[in-house]
Amino acid sequence: MRGVAKAFGACVANRDVTIRVERGTVHAVVGENGAGKSTCMKMLYGLYRPDCGEILIHGKARAWRSPRDAIAAGLGMVHQHFMLAGPYTGLDNIILGDEPSQGFWRWLPAAWRPIDRSQARRRLQELMAAYHLQVDLDVPVETLPVGVQQRLEILKLLYRGVDILILDEPTAVLTPQEVDEFFTNLCRLKDQGKTIIVITHKLGEVLRYADDVTVLRRGATVAERPVAGMTAPELAELMVGRVVHLQVAPPPSPKLGAEQLRLAKVTMGQRGEKPKLADLSLVVRSGEIVGIAGIEGNGQSDLLRLLLDPGRYLHRASLGQRITAKGEINVLGRDVSSFRAKALRALGLGVVPEDRCQQGLLLSQSLWTNFLLGVQRMPRFGRFGFIRRRQVTSALAAAIKAFDVRPADQQQIASGLSGGNQQKLIIAREFIGDPRLFICAQPTRGVDVGSIEFIHQRILDARAGGTAVLLISSALEEVMALADRILVFYDGKIVQEFRRGEADEAKIGHFMGGGSRGDD
Amino acid sequence: MIKSRSKDAIWRALRPVIAASVGLLVGVAFTAMAGEQPWNVLRVILKGAFGSTYDLGLTLFYTTPIILTGLAVALPIKAGLFNIGAEGQLNMGALAVAAVGILCPQVPQPWNILLAGTAGFAAGAFWGSIPGWLKAYRGSHEVITTIMLNFIAAGLTGWAVLALLPSLDSQNPESARIAPSYLLQHFSWFGDAPVTWALPMAVAAAIVVWVLFRFTIPGFKLTATGLSPEAAQVSGISVRFQQWLALTLGGGLAGLVGVAEVMGNSGRFRIGFSPDYGFIGIPVALLARAHPLGLVFSALLFGALQKGTAELDLETTYVTRDLAAMIQAMVVLAVSAEGGLTLWRRHRLAAKSMQPTRVKD
Repeated sequence: MRGVAKAFGACVANRDVTIRVERGTVHAVVGENGAGKSTCMKMLYGLYRPDCGEILIHGKARAWRSPRDAIAAGLGMVHQHFMLAGPYTGLDNIILGDEPSQGFWRWLPAAWRPIDRSQARRRLQELMAAYHLQVDLDVPVETLPVGVQQRLEILKLLYRGVDILILDEPTAVLTPQEVDEFFTNLCRLKDQGKTIIVITHKLGEVLRYADDVTVLRRGATVAERPVAGMTAPELAELMVGRVVHLQVAPPPSPKLGAEQLRLAKVTMGQRGEKPKLADLSLVVRSGEIVGIAGIEGNGQSDLLRLLLDPGRYLHRASLGQRITAKGEINVLGRDVSSFRAKALRALGLGVVPEDRCQQGLLLSQSLWTNFLLGVQRMPRFGRFGFIRRRQVTSALAAAIKAFDVRPADQQQIASGLSGGNQQKLIIAREFIGDPRLFICAQPTRGVDVGSIEFIHQRILDARAGGTAVLLISSALEEVMALADRILVFYDGKIVQEFRRGEADEAKIGHFMGGGSRGDD
Repeated sequence: MIKSRSKDAIWRALRPVIAASVGLLVGVAFTAMAGEQPWNVLRVILKGAFGSTYDLGLTLFYTTPIILTGLAVALPIKAGLFNIGAEGQLNMGALAVAAVGILCPQVPQPWNILLAGTAGFAAGAFWGSIPGWLKAYRGSHEVITTIMLNFIAAGLTGWAVLALLPSLDSQNPESARIAPSYLLQHFSWFGDAPVTWALPMAVAAAIVVWVLFRFTIPGFKLTATGLSPEAAQVSGISVRFQQWLALTLGGGLAGLVGVAEVMGNSGRFRIGFSPDYGFIGIPVALLARAHPLGLVFSALLFGALQKGTAELDLETTYVTRDLAAMIQAMVVLAVSAEGGLTLWRRHRLAAKSMQPTRVKD
């Protein structure tokens, strides 16, 4: 791929991208969110057409109309969000769109021919054996773990005879164990002569498995070099164009203030099932950051749901509510056991929800509308029920400036922003009105390095200003860098508490994995 | 960029107009099969709808309830709900207006109108609040419950009219007359056509709804609920309350049809007075993409169709009432297919941006 450019309207996504990939290597493409990685790969894969420049495969210039052409040329992509039909079996997913049939039926139109699954199964079994990619082909895909679904996606490409695999953020959804397995598979594919392009912004991974790396910044290639001998800070610097402190140097803890959040003996779950949260007690005081570490699915999401809408679970005000909770929750010094989301948010706390697209934003709307969401209850933005548009506009302008949201266009549609900028917008919005309690979940998931640093700094600033922060994150480095106290979640319980600097990654990881105090 | 935005806005406004015109033309073309001159049919429709001040008056008379039922559908759409119950809600509203007009004849001039209007709104709102509550707090699908309540309202109003407010001076299925002080004056410049203050009231209702969504915080909460209930909930908006509120307000707007019909036209509750105004409201709201002001114009279109096609029966040889209904149906279909038009345009734009680029060697 050489000198490729692509522009969407006034928004130039790729200015001058050159990527050279050697056959039989693992090539990483890294860059901040919005640097143009995905656009560039979509051009390569035939979803978009380059405005200029060319794509060369095995030295020959190629141009295609659709991903079908790309696959025919031996180039396939595994998207970050898998393209699988949930209720279908693995086998059907793989043959979907390219169903084999016996020669006997050739006279029928393609769509009418009976599907010959055994033929596909035989070929797939050969492939699975050759690449050690074991997948159960006969259960509905939605029942498979994500790691297996990913294997299925790769298998699908191999089945179509693809030589060059593009993987978009392959490890974003995998558990740590699955990540290890994925790397092994990757090496195996490479050894078999396949070429692999990985799009990622996880620097550690690049150093671990890639042979070469191309760094994109603001739509252009800024570096192209072998990975051997590179270090993470070096790579990060190339990505953002300046030195990044991956480890935020935390200022010494200020004096702690009043309790802003207290949970006492909170249990939550469905009757007759293992509780999702068991006998949970925790306190967050003004001026401290309490981090919750743990592998996802150990109760963090449930805790967040409970905290956002305690009345729904504790008070059983709603009929037909299956999941219930008991215990005591105090927010900003008030018992909120009976509070629904509305009353709770009226107390004045900032919340960064776990899933910013679903819970944090109205994706189809402008930045302006999204900024208003949640702050509409504040007196400064309304008068007699009317929106004070000028106030909102000026507050948003200030927020965009302070949080460096790009593009700084208030009418820009939120879905057009990169993940990092979306998150910055949400955090900017939640900081309006200086909340005394800030609950933030996965604040930097899918966010580029530059924005991570920025967001971390904001959270630390808030702490310095006396805000109590509850940080829920599945990124351990993040919790370790920010939190004054770390609570390790396992199976709905707090299994261990550490003060800042008390434990290293290995020790915390031991408890995250369900290890007990005795055997470490 | 700014230029492309305004171009988009023009296209957005133009789109439904194109769709409706295509539907009308296709519908009219069908009459050729029945042995009519399509152009003649079209002329009759236009003349029937706008030919004289009286015709125009009747068109506006039909338009009035359609604006209100259109709003009754559009407002819940904004909050992500589909209200198929405007027919029942307007029956309840009309019953309330008639009841007030019959039972409280003594109320002095300006207040009686206000009282009856409030009663109509309240009765419609009550009828809308039932599916609203069922949706928000019990999870019943509003499409099912609103449809069902239409039948219940039809039965209930029929019984109430005949049993509680019976007409003593006629054998028709209708209520007694309302007190004369409740009757709205007809505007003089439309001949005998019953165009009253109900029309400006309906337009004002559309403006109020537009202001609600464009400028106010309660409107924003409804919109946010419609766009993403989950995000709205997290940001402290009570989604259940908003859903209840949307269907309740929608019902109230439909209830105002009672003012137009009972006080502006017949002076009584005639059973089955509505030629499915509540259901016409659905394509009206969809054609306007639930925009409260655009809706006034799409209501005018449907009002004109209602009036214009009614003439076909008399003015042409072969076109019957059924064929007239078919022309209306073609417009509705074309409006529904309008989404396809959007898609086509997007394809074309995409194709344009996908023009092959010259590849140098």
